[in-house]
Amino acid sequence: MLVEAVYLKYNYDFRDYTGASQKRRVLVAMREMECATVSELQSRVLHEPNGFAQLLQYLTIPVTEMFRDPDYFLAVREQVAPFLKTYPSLKIWVAGCSTGEEVYSLAILLKEEGLLERSIIYATDINPESLEAARRGVFPLDRMRLYTENYQKSGGKAAFSDYYTAAYGGALFERSLMENVTFADHSLSTDSVFSETHFVSCRNVLIYFNRRLQDRVLGLFHDSLCHRGFLGLGSKESIDFSSYAERFEPLARRERVFRKVSP
Amino acid sequence: MVVIGGSAGGVDALVGLLPALPAGFGPAVTCILHVPPDRDSRLAELFAARALLPVREAQDKEPIQPGTVYFAGSGYHLSVEQDRSFSLSCEPPVQFARPAIDILMESAADVYGPALAGILLTGANFDGADGMCRIRERGGLTIVQDPEEAQARSMPEEAIRRCAPHLVLPLSAIRTVLPLLETP
Repeated sequence: MLVEAVYLKYNYDFRDYTGASQKRRVLVAMREMECATVSELQSRVLHEPNGFAQLLQYLTIPVTEMFRDPDYFLAVREQVAPFLKTYPSLKIWVAGCSTGEEVYSLAILLKEEGLLERSIIYATDINPESLEAARRGVFPLDRMRLYTENYQKSGGKAAFSDYYTAAYGGALFERSLMENVTFADHSLSTDSVFSETHFVSCRNVLIYFNRRLQDRVLGLFHDSLCHRGFLGLGSKESIDFSSYAERFEPLARRERVFRKVSP
Repeated sequence: MVVIGGSAGGVDALVGLLPALPAGFGPAVTCILHVPPDRDSRLAELFAARALLPVREAQDKEPIQPGTVYFAGSGYHLSVEQDRSFSLSCEPPVQFARPAIDILMESAADVYGPALAGILLTGANFDGADGMCRIRERGGLTIVQDPEEAQARSMPEEAIRRCAPHLVLPLSAIRTVLPLLETP
């Protein structure tokens, strides 16, 4: 099977990704990479220099937006930020950051709450092309209308256009937002915890994992979080079906913000 | 399992169908209606008050229970997994729709094969035609609402054109057939 071969050769582990969505993405990859069969795709991925990098673009889903689910960011602003303000320095982990929209959103929120300067944000993903896009911080101009609306609904305190300039055919976000952001290659399926954090935001990543991998990842987050640290998930993601259900308590249940139950 | 998809006019059509399901109905019923992505879907609540079966919004990784009516929430695709649980995903919209009827029907057809019935109702786009074709290929039963009485006819028409469904029926007849469907 393709994902076994990818794991053995490249050490990218997609074996515990849920089946239906992964199957669709392999089919899309076959169509776009003009392979008639999975074995043809597999041989290109294993033997052509660029084959795996290409496949990776299809296996990971870089679909995201800024201030997606404004209620989530409002809950972070109103219910998490007051606790974060009590720490002299902060570490925040945006896991599965994709092309960076959520990282910029969080950085803007932290800046407005007076927290950005004392924060270190780790933004991680397994897809190097997504990380590169995140580092560039240029997003399509035609998305700005939606993002502005989202930002306003999320409790934004400034004019959203203050944070970007139209350039290079897109919206280039202010570099200062990323001064304390470290982008890094990190796999939730194979890598381990790298730092103690106060807040982990991992949105719309767990839905692609089966229960086994969800448990592993929630374990990583639990280990990484400090005493009574915060975890934010996607709006349809739940820990109810995981073995960590008792290890986190809801802070804002509907908005999917949780707090670590210690120890 | 029964999968029901609808778009424009779909809520009214479903109001005509779901209350007809008897309390002891065996299969799980999963419904997708296209709703605007920017607001929470209240469909499960709306229909819970009208149906004799339990009605819930389908959750990620939730095991599928018989005799239960599930609704796809807004903004995420809904798929059926081999272990007969649901999963959600944020892949791009299909035929401008997320959740897409095609994605639910295709994944359910892969898992349930002949034990699946697909019902496609009124709608103004082309979502569902691919899904109904897959259900047919995998031996499931396909029923399409008669476009003559559909509020929007393009969705049922496209499915009829593309996959020659087993039955093309007015809503009143689907209401009669639906309670007779059983999991083999």
